[in-house]
This record gives sequence, C-alpha cells and structure tokens, in this order.
Amino acid sequence: MPRHLATRSAAEPTEPARPTPPSSATAQADSRADCGLYVHVPFCASKCPYCAFASEVRSDLMEAWAGAVLREAAAQAGRWGGFDTLYLGGGTPSLLPPRLLERLLSGLRRVFRFATDCETTLEANPGDVDRERIGAWRASGINRLSLGIQSFSDPELEFLGRRHDAQRARRALDLAREAGFRNLGLDLVYGWRGQDEDTLCGTLAEVVRFGPEHVSCYQLTIEEGTPFFIRNKSRPLLASEEEQANRFLLLSEVLGAGGFEHYEVSNFARGAHFRSRHNQKYWARVPTLGLGPAAHSFDGSRRAWNVRSLEGYLRSLGEGGTGREGEEALDERQARTERILLGLRTCDGVRLDVLSASAREKALSKFVPQLLLRVRAGRLCPTPRGMLLADRLALELCE
Amino acid sequence: MRRVRNFSIIAHIDHGKSTLADRFIQQAGLVSERELGEQMLDNLDIERERGITIKSQTVNLPYTAPDGSAYELNLIDTPGHVDFSYEVSRALASCEGVLLLVDASQGVQAQTVANLYAALEHDLVILPVINKIDLPVADIPRAREQIESDLGLDGSAAWQVSGKTGVGVPELLQAIVEHIPPPQDRSQEPLQALIFDAHYDAFRGAVISCRVFAGRVRPGDEIRLMSTGRNYRVEEVGVFRLKRVPREELAAGDVGYLIAGIKTVSDTRVGDTITLAEQPAAAPLPGFREMKPVVFSSLYPIASDDYLSLADALEKYKLNDAALTYQKDSSAALGQGFRCGFLGLLHLEIVQERLEREFDQAILMTAPSVQYRFTLNDGTQVVIDNPAHYPDPGSIRKAEEPYIRATIISPDRYLGALMKLCLDRRGTNSDLQFLSPGRAQLRFDLPLGEVIYDFYDRLKSVTQGYGSFDYELIDYRESDLCKLDILVNGERVDALSIIVFRERARARALVACERLKEEIPRQQFKIAIQGAIGGQIIARSTVQPYRKDVTAKCYGGDVTRKRKLLEKQKKGKKRMKLVGDVEIPQSAFVAVLKTDED
Ligand SMILES: Nc1nc2c(ncn2[C@@H]2O[C@H](COP(=O)(O)OP(=O)(O)OP(=O)(O)O)[C@@H](O)[C@H]2O)c(=O)[nH]1
Ligand code: SF4
Ligand SMILES: [Mg+2]
Repeated sequence: MPRHLATRSAAEPTEPARPTPPSSATAQADSRADCGLYVHVPFCASKCPYCAFASEVRSDLMEAWAGAVLREAAAQAGRWGGFDTLYLGGGTPSLLPPRLLERLLSGLRRVFRFATDCETTLEANPGDVDRERIGAWRASGINRLSLGIQSFSDPELEFLGRRHDAQRARRALDLAREAGFRNLGLDLVYGWRGQDEDTLCGTLAEVVRFGPEHVSCYQLTIEEGTPFFIRNKSRPLLASEEEQANRFLLLSEVLGAGGFEHYEVSNFARGAHFRSRHNQKYWARVPTLGLGPAAHSFDGSRRAWNVRSLEGYLRSLGEGGTGREGEEALDERQARTERILLGLRTCDGVRLDVLSASAREKALSKFVPQLLLRVRAGRLCPTPRGMLLADRLALELCE
Repeated sequence: MRRVRNFSIIAHIDHGKSTLADRFIQQAGLVSERELGEQMLDNLDIERERGITIKSQTVNLPYTAPDGSAYELNLIDTPGHVDFSYEVSRALASCEGVLLLVDASQGVQAQTVANLYAALEHDLVILPVINKIDLPVADIPRAREQIESDLGLDGSAAWQVSGKTGVGVPELLQAIVEHIPPPQDRSQEPLQALIFDAHYDAFRGAVISCRVFAGRVRPGDEIRLMSTGRNYRVEEVGVFRLKRVPREELAAGDVGYLIAGIKTVSDTRVGDTITLAEQPAAAPLPGFREMKPVVFSSLYPIASDDYLSLADALEKYKLNDAALTYQKDSSAALGQGFRCGFLGLLHLEIVQERLEREFDQAILMTAPSVQYRFTLNDGTQVVIDNPAHYPDPGSIRKAEEPYIRATIISPDRYLGALMKLCLDRRGTNSDLQFLSPGRAQLRFDLPLGEVIYDFYDRLKSVTQGYGSFDYELIDYRESDLCKLDILVNGERVDALSIIVFRERARARALVACERLKEEIPRQQFKIAIQGAIGGQIIARSTVQPYRKDVTAKCYGGDVTRKRKLLEKQKKGKKRMKLVGDVEIPQSAFVAVLKTDED
C-alpha cells in the first residue's frame, strides 16, 4: 500500500498545483477552503519488517478509535474553513469494516465542510481488495485509491514481508478499474542491497503498461526499532549510495518515458491534474488537519502533533482531552526554512525571493551551472539530480 | 598577632590533591554539609568535566589546633599535569611549605619527582603524604620505600591519609602548623606583594591574587605596580574562602586578593610587585621565571569579522593565563588571526575551550608546531614556529629542531613497548635505570616535534595507564626538515602546512591526506586532497561527493523533524571555515598532525 509507506500524519498546508499566492504568510486555516484533512488509521493485519509507522495489529479497538476521531473532529470544527482533500492513511485503512468507514466519513461530513470535488483517498493493501469492499468504498465517496503494491515480483514481496503476492496486486488494480476508480495510485519500494535491476525494470514496465494515474517510489529506509534495523546492523541492507542514486535516476527516466511527471522526490503523476492534491499541501505548506493517533496538523503558523500510541490517544480523548501531545509556533525564520526545504523536494521548487540575497547568488552561480537547479518563472526548481540532493541543497540555501 | 601558614599541595596528576583540599575545607567549616562538593576548588567548567585541575587555586582556612590556638592556613591547590608545572612553581613562590602527595596505589611517578625538585628549589619544608590509603590496592610499605629510594625523603615520617574518607586529615593539619614555619614578620617594611594570578571581573576590573611579603595594604591606599609605575587606589582587599571575603588589610605573610579598579587589563602582570606609591619598596620581588612556550599554533575567528572581539577576549583571557603568548598573524586562507604559544598540547586545548566557553568565541586553531631554527646561506639565523614562514628551501644552509630529555617511569614489564615508541619517534641516547623492584626509569632524547602531538596518549596506552612522563627542553640539533603543504582542490591551504622530518615526509603526507579525508565533510562536488613538497605531489586522497542526500518521505509528520535536523546541521556548518568552496572543520587543522599508530 503506497500510502502506508508515507508517514502521513496530519497535514500541512501547501500550495497545490494551482498558481502560487505571493510568499506572504500562509493564510490561516479558518479562513480558507482548501485545507486538507488526514485521518490516521492505526491498524494493520501484520507488521512489515521495515515499517515504523504508528500502527498496531489488533481489530478490537476500531470502534473506539472511530469514536475518538469523531470527538477530536468535533473539537476542531470551528477552526477550519473547508477541506478539498480527505486522506485516509495508516496503518491499513482498507482493513476497516466498510460500515465503520461509512459511519466515520458521514460523521466527518457532518462536522466539516468539504468541497464538492473533494479528493478523497484511501490507502489500501492489495490483499484487502475485493469486489464487495471496493464497491462499498466507492459508495461512501472514496474517489482515489492508493494501493500498496511495492513490487510485481514475488521474491521481492517476500523479502519485504508483505502479505500479498504479485498476482493479488494485479487483481487489485483490475478490480479498482472495474469498479470505476479513475484516479489510482500505487506505491513501490526499492533500493536494498542486491535488488536486481532487471526485476525493478520489470516492475516499472508493468506499472507503465497498467497505467495508473499516480506512482510513489520510495527508497527503502532503515527505521529505528524495526526488524530491518536490527538485521541491518549485522549486514547492511541498503544499496550503496552510488547504486541508490543510479536507481533513482533510472526510475525517473523510465517513468518519465512512460508518461509520468516526476513532481516530487518520490512521486510521479500522469500530468499535473493527477498529482496528489492532498500531499502537495504538505510541500506547499497549506493548512492540514490530522486526526487520529500520531497525526500532525499545521494551521498556517503552528505545527501540532497527536499522542502517538493508540491507547494514549484513546485515553486522552476519553478523558475529555484533545488528543494533542504538543505544538510549536513557527517564527518567520523557521517558516522560511520549511519553505526552502519542502519546496526543493518538488519540481515546482521554491520562489527565488524566499531565499536571502546570498543564497540566491549561491544558487545561481553554483547549483544552476552544476545542473542541480534551474530557474523557471521566478522559481528555483530542482532537476532530478537536484532532487537527489534536495536535503543538501536546502542546507546550503537556508541562511 | 595572627598565626599564619602558607602551603601548597603538590603531586603527580590525579594523586588526590583537590580531594584532600576538599577535606581541609570541610574541616574548616567553610561549607555546610549540604554545599559540600567534590574537588570544590576546580571551579572551571573544563576542570569539572575533565576531572583535572588546570589552575592553582587559593583558599584561606581558619584552623584551631588541639591546644586551642587559632591559625589561618593559606592553601594552594595545584595542577598535576606536566603542561601546568609553571602553575606549581608560581604557587610555590607564595609558600613556606608543601604537602607532597603520593597515591598509595600508584607510588612515586614522574611528576612527583619533578614537583619535589621544584619545592627544593624554593627551599620549602616538604611533608611527604601517602594518600588514598582507603583503596584496597593501596600498598603503603611500597609507597614508603619509594619515598625513600626515589625521592630521598624519610619514608617513615610520611603521613598517611585518605582524602576521600578523611582518615588522617586532623593529624595532617596538626603537622602543618607544627612543621611548616610561619612567614617572616616584615610588616613594618615597605609594601612588597607578589602578583601570582589574576582574573577579569566585568564590574570590578582585574581581581589580583597576591602574596604579601612585606608591609601592609588596605582599602584607600595608593598602590603602584612596579613594572609599569602606574598608580591605583585600592578599593578592596580580602581572602578567598571559595568566595571573596573582604578584610581590613593584608599584611606581610598573607595570601589574598586586591581590587583597585584596574580596567586596563595589560597593566596587570603576573610576577609583578605591588608597592605603595607613598613609600615604595626599594626593589621589586624577583618575580617568576618567564615561561617559554614550546608549542605554537595560529588561532582564527571562524567568521572573519569577529577578529576584534577575539583580540579583546584574548587580552582578558591572558590575565588569567599568564603562560599564553600571542601576536598578530594572518593567513591567505583564513584571514587575520593570532599566532599563539603554549606550554603543551593540553594547554592549547584548554585555551581553545576556555575562549569558546568563557568568552563565547568561535575559533579554529591550526596544526601545532614547535620552534625550528634555520641558518641561511648568508649566515643569518631565523627561528620559525609557523610553517607559513618557512624559508626558501634553496636558502637554507642548516636546519635544527628542538630536543627534549624525556623521563619515563613505568613498571618494567612495559619497557619493550616504551622503547619501541621512543625509537619510532626518533629517540636517541637512551638510559635505563631500575628504581625500586619492578619499576624502571627510562630516559630518552626526543625531538620535541615528535612528542607534541599524541606521544603522551600513546605512552599511557602502551603502559595501560601505569607509565608517567616528564620532560625538559635540552637543546637544538641539526635535522633534515622540509615543509609539507596540503592542497585542497588544487589550492594550497597555508594553514594546513606542517614542517616535517624529510625522511618521513611521504608517510606523514599519506596519513595527513587520509585523516583530512575523514575530517572534511562531503560536498556536492569531489574534493581532491593532496600532499606536496615544493611543487611535487607526494600523496593524495579524495572526498567523494554526495550522490544522494534526501529522505524518501516528507509528509505532515516529517516536516518538524526534518527542519530540526537541518537547523542542527546548519549550526555545525557555522563552525566550519570556508576555504575556497570547501568547508573545513576545526578538527581538520589538528588532524594533519595525527600519526597512524592508533
Ligand atoms: N579511593 C580514593 N580515591 C581518591 C582519594 N583522593 C582522590 N581520589 C580520587 O582520585 C581521583 C583524582 O582526584 P583529584 O583530587 O581530582 O586529584 P588531583 O591530584 O587534584 O588531580 P589533578 O589536579 O588533575 O592533578 C578522583 O577520582 C578522586 O575521587 C582517596 O583518598 N581515596
Ligand atoms: S501495512 Fe506494513 S508498511 Fe503499511 S503501515 Fe502496516 S506495517 Fe507499515
Ligand atoms: Mg586537582
């Protein structure tokens, strides 16, 4: 499940693909209609060995969780203008019983205002997709699926400890199309030591052939506290930096040739229209509200985060609390650092006037000639090679 | 008339001087049980962190003897590390006696011997004290025997104490007043007070530590600093009791402090004599032997516009560290800075750290060097401590480098390893003596340039901590030297040059290039590091560029973490010096000197 791979928590606002407003302070959440809503579903059927997301293998607390999320939503109601995206991430949202999901969504719709064309995404594990569920999802207003395919190779899926096999993945995609989903995304993982290049190319070819609207390709990351973390200590699991870089560029080429726009470090879309409207809010710093354990929120000036453990989260809301664990107000400097660091991850880059004069000079005299950045419409945009060094460039350009 | 005793505690490093001082302070009731700390006189942050004394500290202790008579004891706790032996000799000039501590588990060590000689030179009464007798591994008879055989003192007369438990401390206090003579009463003569330390107080100006040898001084007096002839009005005098305690006067025999509104820092010189303007002493006191720095390094502000603030910080710092010398310097790569002289590598490190912490300076220091002597073809002689000033090789007729005579005391089972270490460092003229059974004293002539870097650490590690080391500079000897330059991306970085023994130049260059490769952080581009003599490249290494530096995912929950990481990295970058396009961290400048033994 693609989305799973993303640690998604609350959201952050950003400017999506539409024309960017001047770089003045981001408008606050309560006065805008383009906020994003994220709901964290902290349940999985089994735990993947590389995953550090907040999720638990249990089903007994789903009802309680949904009740708590709705309580949290009610408490936030007045502070958010309107939403034009809703993202159910996890965890494994596809595990939720359709009826519970339906109740949750209608509950949220009672509390918040959603745009009529609201992008409503559900992250789904291919193993959970069957005709009945998928019909129920559509019926409850889900209009975008993000499928955690990871790979079309069985040995690779086994290495990754996934529940499904390649056959199951193909079937899930077909079922989704059959059910009428016109906006499908899928997730892939790559970049471990010894991963066969031909196999990766095979997966990419199959992706191109199937033709989803969106693809996320995540470089495998070793997260503390996971089984992979322990294994990695005795034997390195990741490919060398050189190899990872080459794979990244290969992916960018192949998917680019297949008609996908490489619009963020790990994300590709079949044209700007199919970029993830929701995720772009994070990179453009548009306000996003995150509900559920471990979810993060950004209201335009403050970042807040919820209690990470499911039990702690339930306890907090059960006792009349907010579910929040902490928050931080950003000063102008921090906001600027974020703009640079997030902007450089996307092909739209960062406005030149966000940078200090000396950083601008450095970018133009060093990174542009090195073909890491290019200037387009008053913005500094990373090339694919620049995206590979986005964190480094951000460090060089924040002053 | 008050009864006064002035004494220092001296010993090899870590033999328990500061801990014993704690017991004296405790017995004197200067602190409540609650305030009682460990090594209370080690009040600098680095002293506390490193657990060693760097500066001598004075404390004035009231003491009532069993017979009921009241005394004032002026105790000076001294550092044990070889770099700070000048602190010891300054302390000794203010005393009539010393406690010479010997750790009962370690026995007599190199600095025990060196400190004994210093006390003898000052003609002081020496009380040998066996310390740490509470340790299960304490071997009192052996310590006694070593006091006799190695130090030539009466071992049977040695006091036995534990600075930790306090055992034997009351007896020792009694011995101090019995055996250490009182200072001479010269209070009727004109004032002569010796400045032995000072520090800068932002509100009061210089706070001077002094020992009064003759006369008396009180607030309101007009004093004269004899070296400059400048006069000041005394505002306050007093004694240190962990804090400043004002007194009505300081009289002959007293050790204390004096504040006279001295804001011109350079007026206050350690070793100077204070007298009264109205009735000046005929001559100043002898002062201190000037300490000759042995190690030199240049100091630069990380941000070039901090030069003036660094200059100001150095002036104030020097007040509290008389052994530091400095003068202006400049480098093509690093801009304006200072060439500084130090008593050793630890001293250098301490100066760097104290400037950073106490004066908030962001600085970097170049690779330390010793002072070389060159005779040129035209017969002139030049002394050079900065590789940047290395003479044109064609003009050198003779090159000489400084040598030391090292004395190493160690259990004899490590002799093989010690010999090898000294020979590797071009040691000659060895001499071996066996002291008490199982202990050897090894002497070697060594080029100073070979010991400044990590000789002491290596010595400690090959002897598993049991070896100790002392040295004295002996002379200059002819040598075959050359200058090793380091080029970073083709540009010579003058501040990375070092002067090396020609025969080892290639090996040194290889190690230096490898070390720099580890120290210089990767960038988006390849960085070539080369070692060169004259125009000839003799070693090279490459810092590979970043190929990838980006996290796979950055969604809502990741933003804060990423921003904090970036802010931290930014701070780290601020501590690096930009040379051309390449960021070079502080540590790189010293890394060129590292050997490959570890
Ligand atoms: N067991 C025991 N340990 C002691 C005693 N005295 C000191 N120590 C320990 O020995 C170590 C060194 O003590 P210090 O008092 O700092 O030694 P020092 O001689 O002042 O050291 P420098 O000032 O660095 O030369 C510390 O860990 C003390 O706790 C003692 O009498 N018994
Ligand atoms: S399905 Fe696997 S990768 Fe996705 S959240 Fe659960 S454990 Fe993590
Ligand atoms: Mg000490």
